[in-house]
Amino acid sequence: MSWYKRTEKGIVTPTEEKLEVPDGLWHQCPECKKIMQADEHSASSYVCPACGYHDRINSKEYFEILFDDNAFLELDENLSSGDPLKFIDSQPYPARVAASQKKTGLKDAVRSGYGKMNGSDVVIACMDFRFIGGSMGSVVGEKIARAIDYARKKKCPFIMISKSGGARMMEAGFSLMQMAKTSAKLALLDKEGLPYISILTDPTTGGVTASYAMLGDFNIAEPGSLIGFAGPRVIRETIGKDLPEGFQSAEFVLEHGFLDFIVDRREMKKKLADLLGMLK
Amino acid sequence: MYLDFEKPIAELEAKLHDMHVLAKESNVDMSKEVKSLEGKILELKKETYSNLSRWQRVQLSRHPERPYTLDYIEGIATKFVELHGDRNVRDDKAMVGGFAEIDGESVMIIGHQKGRKTKERQLRNFGMANPEGYRKALRLMKLAEKFEKPIITLIDTPGAFPGLEAEERGQGEAIARNLKEMFMLKVPVICIIIGEGASGGALGIAIGDKVMMLENTWYSVISPESCSSILWRSWDHKEKAAEALKLTAQDMLKAKLIDGIVKEPLGGAHNDPQAMFKELKKVILEAIQELSPMKSKERIAMRIDKFSAMGAYVEK
Repeated sequence: MSWYKRTEKGIVTPTEEKLEVPDGLWHQCPECKKIMQADEHSASSYVCPACGYHDRINSKEYFEILFDDNAFLELDENLSSGDPLKFIDSQPYPARVAASQKKTGLKDAVRSGYGKMNGSDVVIACMDFRFIGGSMGSVVGEKIARAIDYARKKKCPFIMISKSGGARMMEAGFSLMQMAKTSAKLALLDKEGLPYISILTDPTTGGVTASYAMLGDFNIAEPGSLIGFAGPRVIRETIGKDLPEGFQSAEFVLEHGFLDFIVDRREMKKKLADLLGMLK
Repeated sequence: MYLDFEKPIAELEAKLHDMHVLAKESNVDMSKEVKSLEGKILELKKETYSNLSRWQRVQLSRHPERPYTLDYIEGIATKFVELHGDRNVRDDKAMVGGFAEIDGESVMIIGHQKGRKTKERQLRNFGMANPEGYRKALRLMKLAEKFEKPIITLIDTPGAFPGLEAEERGQGEAIARNLKEMFMLKVPVICIIIGEGASGGALGIAIGDKVMMLENTWYSVISPESCSSILWRSWDHKEKAAEALKLTAQDMLKAKLIDGIVKEPLGGAHNDPQAMFKELKKVILEAIQELSPMKSKERIAMRIDKFSAMGAYVEK
């Protein structure tokens, strides 16, 4: 006879309720393994106070960090993906989108907002890597294009925070043309003399690097971010050799002349505001 | 050279050849049989090439005998002065360009260049340009703008080169810069996909007032092979990937992502290059005639509006 008797058959806890420790109390740095209070971690802009490791964060956190009092008007929040090609791989594309929407609570891989940063108007668009790898499809392209138009209308700076694996394969030709569309809008912003700051975060690759992410008046990256056009695996296969240490890191890209500077996330808001202030 | 799906045609053509030889050797009049077989071949060709699958079109777009950029320039232009170098790093042999004269009209022609023999293929890096190739292309476009000449770009690339040095020299930045600058070019820009149009490497010289594809070409965000390897972890599903990507000229026109299709001779551009050159020349001259009278401001606005309208999303 067993010591305990299970009265209920099978204990089912929904994944989101499964917790090893009460959520939000503790955070362990994936880099130096230091354990800290979650409050402490978020107060330092999700950067490890011990080793400076920049945790991957999402649009919600970036907006909290950059907009004054986290107050902003969200733009075009009702845009969601179509299924122009009826693309099916392991599952139909709309099902993949729906699953990602359910998992993340987001509509697609970018959000944009209009608000104040250190007292000055600014439009910020920020990508969410959790949503199908931050891939750029029609919704991402259209929302960025509209955010740029909004900045043009308000005659204020545009800040783009990129975090993406590149173009979204399931929208094929449509994804490709989002590179063109966003670049066209940036050309207009440029002509009107408005500042464009591109912030490249971990990771920024593919069609995103080959369009808006590299087109800033100022290209700025977070430390240690992977930034490149082709992915490391593809390059390794092409050249048949291992890649040098630090290849395609933000520091590497700065060294080769494609970034203006690398910024610690804890200093980001002040540095951006200082820079934009000098352009007025 | 025949592709796998062209085998039945190849067999009939071999038969026809035998028939000719036999008729000559034995001095027998076989003109009736020859004519009937020729008719049969034509029928079979028409049927084959009007029912091509997407993967078969990809195969045709890569046919080793297909004309490349320099072949088109030679076939279309009466004069051509090739210009080299990006004034910075080196001359990228995978991207060619220069001033040309077509029917008395001066134009700038720029395009990806593939090689035909092993050595030339290596020299041309299989049509995969490095950053300096895109910067060379932009330099030539700016020259065309200065001298108020229309720009024609011919696209034929399996992708921008994914190499170590390409990354060091900013492949992403080079392509991005071209996209932005091409929108603001004051002269007419006509882009034609003549073979493969792979992703950013193709788009980097494909922002134009008219973007057209030859009938048997492909244009998409990724090649069918790479798509297959990402989705199914192997290249074996390339046919399925080609279908899913909807990458043919017909698909792209239907999605309103290009402006037109240029007809190829029966069996593909390589089957009758002279006819292909003639057709492409006609299409280019018509496009120049249509675009030239417009003011540059109008053209730029039209170009931007056209690409801005591309996308499929729902808003509610």
